[in-house]
Amino acid sequence: MSSDETNVGVDRMADAEPVPGSAKPDPILVADGVRRSFGGLTAVDVGHLEVQRGTITALIGPNGAGKSTLFNLLTGFDRVDGGRWTFQGGAVNGKSGHRVARAGMVRTFQLTKALTRMTVLDNMLLGAPGQFGERMAGAFLRPVWQRQERENTRRAMELLERFKLVDKREDMAGSLSGGQRKLLEMARSLMTDPAMIMLDEPMAGVNPALVQSLLGHITSLRDEGKTVLFVEHDMDVIMGISDWIVVLAQGRVIAEGRPSDIRSNQQVIDAYLGAQEETAEVGGSDDD
Amino acid sequence: MDILSILAESTRSALGPIAAIYALAAVGLNFHFGYTGLLNFGQVGFMLVGAYGVGISVAVFDLPLLAGFAVGLLCALVLALLLGVPTLRLRADYLAITTIAAAEVLRLVYRAGFAEPLTGGVYGLQNLSSGFRALNPFDGGTRYGVGALAYNGNHMWVLVVTWGLVLLMVGLTWMLMHSPWGRVIKGVREDEDAVRSLGKNVFGYKMQALVLGGLIGAMAGCMLAVYQASIQPDQFKPQVTFFLWVILLLGGAGRVFGPVLGAMAFWFLMTFTDGLLKGFGSMGWLPFLSGPDYGAIQLAFVGLLLVVLIVFRPQGIIGDRKEMLINVK
Repeated sequence: MSSDETNVGVDRMADAEPVPGSAKPDPILVADGVRRSFGGLTAVDVGHLEVQRGTITALIGPNGAGKSTLFNLLTGFDRVDGGRWTFQGGAVNGKSGHRVARAGMVRTFQLTKALTRMTVLDNMLLGAPGQFGERMAGAFLRPVWQRQERENTRRAMELLERFKLVDKREDMAGSLSGGQRKLLEMARSLMTDPAMIMLDEPMAGVNPALVQSLLGHITSLRDEGKTVLFVEHDMDVIMGISDWIVVLAQGRVIAEGRPSDIRSNQQVIDAYLGAQEETAEVGGSDDD
Repeated sequence: MDILSILAESTRSALGPIAAIYALAAVGLNFHFGYTGLLNFGQVGFMLVGAYGVGISVAVFDLPLLAGFAVGLLCALVLALLLGVPTLRLRADYLAITTIAAAEVLRLVYRAGFAEPLTGGVYGLQNLSSGFRALNPFDGGTRYGVGALAYNGNHMWVLVVTWGLVLLMVGLTWMLMHSPWGRVIKGVREDEDAVRSLGKNVFGYKMQALVLGGLIGAMAGCMLAVYQASIQPDQFKPQVTFFLWVILLLGGAGRVFGPVLGAMAFWFLMTFTDGLLKGFGSMGWLPFLSGPDYGAIQLAFVGLLLVVLIVFRPQGIIGDRKEMLINVK
């Protein structure tokens, strides 16, 4: 939907109210009452959350706010205590991780999970969906899956080209640098052709030179019409590329809005930005 | 002491039926650990149900040999499902604990008094190989081969069939591991969450690998039954599993021919150290030891060799050291 809005600075969220749990014009993901507690600690308790299709939505919050837990719950990597959520109109709550991924909601991990003792190309090919040769009986019918394999390899090479990993295709993924692994993980998740891609701290442990390139890749994902939801700590990064920001604190959504709304939101500053403000001078604390 | 005859005897053992049977079981374990990363410490349990599948069918119910093989494989399938359903969703160590216990429980049940009508209890079952020998194209009375590497007709038949099965299963390993199925399996070994996040049913793949490796282990058990013509429960002690692990690591885990080379090297070393110790003993070089101690010394010596191997060649005989070390950092 946003293919014609490629220039930076366009407000893709013009119709959305900057309040917690606000309704979006075209939500791809709608979550209700998502709860998860560990013993007596309520890690996540999200009343209502919608993610707009074709945007970059950032999930921020202080340490222990439940960002990663919410990620795990939504993608089926953790068992939920209660709540339901729909993705592209279909319920995905209670589905296991691989089913959620097949539905088109693909995630990456905070600690990058490159399959280290496999080549970069094999990492990529593993992402391709619906492979006949991945069935045990199908594996014996070489001519049948080899045709599919050629097509998948072509697609993988295109993506590797785009993420500048094409020269590494025959190397073991374990020999890549941290930043390259992040790129590989992102490229690999694109092999599944997802509608929504969930990035868990994509910039963590990446050298500054590569951050710009990663940011470029994330914005180009949106410009292709994919929805991006990501968890991140680096304020500059978040303010720079997000269309919408959701702020979690103690498991709850305490604020939502455009970057400019969040900058001036006193609750957010108190909960999270405040501490950062003093050191990083993000600005916008003159609200009160 | 004749070093040449010890070497000849060791070679004979490296190519013999027991080496072939261990190679077969280790090919199964290679599916589990080498490719899928499943810690199966109860491979001997699969061998046991395979061997007793043949034994009980043939000796108690007078069924044809082929039916015995089928029963053995069926038991292995059931065992794999019983082990896998509760544990494969959990962390890897749960499978390890469950398999080691299950294999030992199986041995104790099969040797128990109440099972005696079926399993023969501690005495086991006898006269199991007449069906197999009826199919023997070799002449039981003649020796085949040259010099020390000659086997009588019946052993030759076991050798041909068992090494044939080994080659068949090695071929199967190669086919599967050079396919997209094998790619998912190796992905599971590296990181199952990553594979899950790409939409693959990790549980299903682990179960398939557990069943497949278990069936191959049971096949080894079936061959053990027909080779020995009799089985006793106490030959399925946990140490068999650990010999299989040694074989797998010695040869190279996750390599198509690793288990085969490992089994040959292992049985060569076992026979070689045994021969050496007996030789030293007969020359009076081992004054404090008597015959029965040699077995223990032999195992310790093999253990020492393995420690040296793990230190200097952790990837096994044909493993890739670079690939192995990637995971260490």
